[in-house]
Amino acid sequence: MAQVGEAGVAVAFDDSDRQALEQTWRSPTGLWGWLSNADHRAIGKRIIATAFLFFLLGGTLALLMRAQLARPESRFLGPDLYNQIFTIHGTTMMFLFAVPIMQGLGVYLVPLMVGTRNIAFARLVAFSYYLFLFGGIMLYVAFLLNIGPDVGWFSYVPLAGPEYGPGKRADFWAQLITFTELSSLSIAVALIVTIFHLRAPGMSLNRIPLFVWSILVMSMMVIFAMPSVMLASTMLIMDRLVGTHFFNPAEGGDALLWQHLFWFFGHPEVYIIFIPALGIVSSVIATFSRRQIFGYTAIVLSLVSTAFMGFGLWVHHMFATDVPQLGQSFFTAASMMIAIPSGVQIFCWIATLWGGRPRLQTPLLFVLGFFFVFVLGGLTGVMLAAVPFDLQVHDTFFVVAHFHYVLIGGAVFPLFGGLYYWCPKITGRMLSERVGRWNFWLLFVGFNLTFFPMHQLGLEGMPRRVYTYLAEMGWDRLNLLASLGAALIALGVVVFIGNVLWSYRHGAIAVGNPWQAGTLEWATNSPPPPYNFLHMPTISGREPLWECNAEQPIVTGLRHNIREVLVTNVLDAEPDHRTRLPGPSIWPFFTALAVSGLFVGSIFTPWAVPVGSIPITGALIGWLWPSEKDHQDQLAMEE
Amino acid sequence: MTVGRRQLAKPRSSVVIAATALWLSGCQGMQSALDAAGPQAARISDLWWVMLAVCAAVFVLVLGVLLYAVFRSRRSDREVADPHAERRMTMAVGGAVAVTVVILFVLLIASVFAGRGLSSLSTGGALTIEVTGHQWWWEIRYADPLPSQHVVTANEIHIPVGRPVVLKLASQDVIHSFWVPNLHGKRDLIPGHLTTLSLQADRPGVYRGQCAEFCGYQHALMAFMIVAEPADAFSAWLDQQRRPAAQPVDDMQRRGQEVFLSSPCMMCHTIRGTPAGGKVAPDLTHLASRRMLAAGTLPNTPGALAGWIIDPQNLKPGNKMPAHHFDPAELQALLAYLVSLK
Repeated sequence: MAQVGEAGVAVAFDDSDRQALEQTWRSPTGLWGWLSNADHRAIGKRIIATAFLFFLLGGTLALLMRAQLARPESRFLGPDLYNQIFTIHGTTMMFLFAVPIMQGLGVYLVPLMVGTRNIAFARLVAFSYYLFLFGGIMLYVAFLLNIGPDVGWFSYVPLAGPEYGPGKRADFWAQLITFTELSSLSIAVALIVTIFHLRAPGMSLNRIPLFVWSILVMSMMVIFAMPSVMLASTMLIMDRLVGTHFFNPAEGGDALLWQHLFWFFGHPEVYIIFIPALGIVSSVIATFSRRQIFGYTAIVLSLVSTAFMGFGLWVHHMFATDVPQLGQSFFTAASMMIAIPSGVQIFCWIATLWGGRPRLQTPLLFVLGFFFVFVLGGLTGVMLAAVPFDLQVHDTFFVVAHFHYVLIGGAVFPLFGGLYYWCPKITGRMLSERVGRWNFWLLFVGFNLTFFPMHQLGLEGMPRRVYTYLAEMGWDRLNLLASLGAALIALGVVVFIGNVLWSYRHGAIAVGNPWQAGTLEWATNSPPPPYNFLHMPTISGREPLWECNAEQPIVTGLRHNIREVLVTNVLDAEPDHRTRLPGPSIWPFFTALAVSGLFVGSIFTPWAVPVGSIPITGALIGWLWPSEKDHQDQLAMEE
Repeated sequence: MTVGRRQLAKPRSSVVIAATALWLSGCQGMQSALDAAGPQAARISDLWWVMLAVCAAVFVLVLGVLLYAVFRSRRSDREVADPHAERRMTMAVGGAVAVTVVILFVLLIASVFAGRGLSSLSTGGALTIEVTGHQWWWEIRYADPLPSQHVVTANEIHIPVGRPVVLKLASQDVIHSFWVPNLHGKRDLIPGHLTTLSLQADRPGVYRGQCAEFCGYQHALMAFMIVAEPADAFSAWLDQQRRPAAQPVDDMQRRGQEVFLSSPCMMCHTIRGTPAGGKVAPDLTHLASRRMLAAGTLPNTPGALAGWIIDPQNLKPGNKMPAHHFDPAELQALLAYLVSLK
């Protein structure tokens, strides 16, 4: 039985234990091994790297759009290509970059932060990664074949319906949604179970690091929001493929139903992206203020209430439809109310900085950038909640400016800060501080140059999603300014990539805890060994590494020759029982291939569903088939 | 315009700033939410200025405190450990949250009152106009109890100044959104739903509007004009629009009419008073009386019209008007006829 022993036991560990752990938890090698890997650090890194790649692709598309809009009546891109580009830009940034990269950070960091050896359901997470990858590849293959979706990331019917959206374009979009949402849902489940049951003894709910809280809240939101959009996209593909009439008013369907289903997901989606970023901000601020976060409980409650409220404001995307006035007032009030928890968190962070001794290093610099950009975007958000004003600027560049302020300000700036913060843990090398500052200022100045003028453009009447505009509209100068800013953003991102690549070879070697941070991910080497922690930790405070307790017990009694971890209970993280985590397996990869076959096939024929189920069934049988090693491990545990 | 002495006396820097602002903002006001020409747009722009002032103050305050918190000089580490500091911070955060709630409440009330103002436009004696969205143009109808008095036109709405107008909005295909920023916010045109928008122009002028809901290839160039004019000018216009199309008066125009009626043009377009009765494209009965062509995209000149007829796909790729080849003499005649449709 696992138990919580005295710290003195640590000396009892010797190299043979270390070797046994290494042997048990190491990742398999070779291509086959790479495809079977089910290690949270490896999969987390892959998700982050792949999502970042999609960020670069989506960003390139944005640059093409800015090149087109830099001049009035430009002929650089035609409407067909432009519509595909803005659709794929939005789809990529939402579904292939922002959500996956936050989940990827969660997959990498959460097991380390809660002090366990791997994520729960690691094979499911590996499966999700391949699904996400294949979905993204499908979208870009369609785009390169010039049959990419061209009806916007929101795919409003009837434009996306069978009558007005010919070909297979909207179908690729709908199936991309199915791919990515299935992937996010599975990862969310794995993260929730890890957070609920694999925490180090002593990490009661009120000691969970704020980043982990944010991942928990985000995962819960994923579970409630994603089914809505998967349902909607499945209804859309059925309208298009088998002639159901969910959205066809001529046959008793309703075009507005789509908007309700889509935004019931679409609004929480924004918070799904933004809440983990708040967790990053809390982590960075605590570490770089060199003090505990001020108002931990208030921040946690703010995260949770943001998640609840996030589901109650979807109609503010639909104020220009015929929603009755009373209903509109309700959603106005709800949309303004959500500013309160954001305000609480901002004030708590300012108080933390006030009461601490801030070190202005790159991660904190990005967080300060976050304050500037996000507060501005939040305030325009409050303005947009007012129905009369929204009626003017809805679907204009004002809204484009607003949501880039909240999403880039609220998520991308903290993300970059977080990457500077955790990169040493992940790669074992420090990123350059000097280059980091260049990176920040280029991004910050470029961002504001690009998006601030768009507020003015919207007020001057420039609608969104236009591939061109007439010279006499007088929008050309601000558009040119925005395009120049976009070039600076691109330069900033290039500097970041350069920094990562350079430091990967030449950066200063990172020690275990280079920032003198307080949470458990810093209690192990950089990068962590395959088993994460030599001694499974216990904790007795929110910032265990700051408490410097030499008498802190460690968990002993877990087998080293089996992938065994301690399961703790939800509230107080008291030890409950031991469990065996699954090892590497090739079957998640094959299952993802089979599922992808069904999804892609069902774009073209409904027969793909029954026929495609056969290989999926086969792959699942392979996945669940007990191996000889499973059997022996089980026997060993029952001894 | 004369430049007064006081303006000349202003410091140079402010002239530079003003010039920069002017350069950046352009000087077109015909499609701007901040240049209100009607009571509703005016209310919304008032609301905007109030919210802008409040939000700007909040922004400056929050960022100011943040920067002070980061850069304030710290005497020693002992200050950090001060137990009273935590208490003071709790009070400060609590106070800031309370102020936030109050500000939000004020903004909510301002929003609700502005909303009531928008819907308080009396629609007694209002003029009703039906607007139907098509990919990618606007069909405009002035209904009348007498069928012969119906007016159908496209992409140009005339309204009388000072009289409320109720727009009945419908869509023939996908969702569009009707938006004239100088007069009011937008309202969607949704297939299967009838929506309405009431507005009023307080001063004469030509206001440009544009589709604001993404509707496919030519969403960008789906514009229209609202011409607000004094009541008598408006009735004169309406009377003129009620008439059937002008008959050709010379050989050239007669030849042009023949070309029109013997070409695919008549399959889609209507010219009242001729056999051309197509319903899927704009009514051309009084084409020459309109200011713009191709849904607010081209000036209505013979040259632009010729370019549009010969190669519409080059000017608005993806639009539903096919190119048609006419030999030069036919084209000249056709233009002569179309230009005569005042």
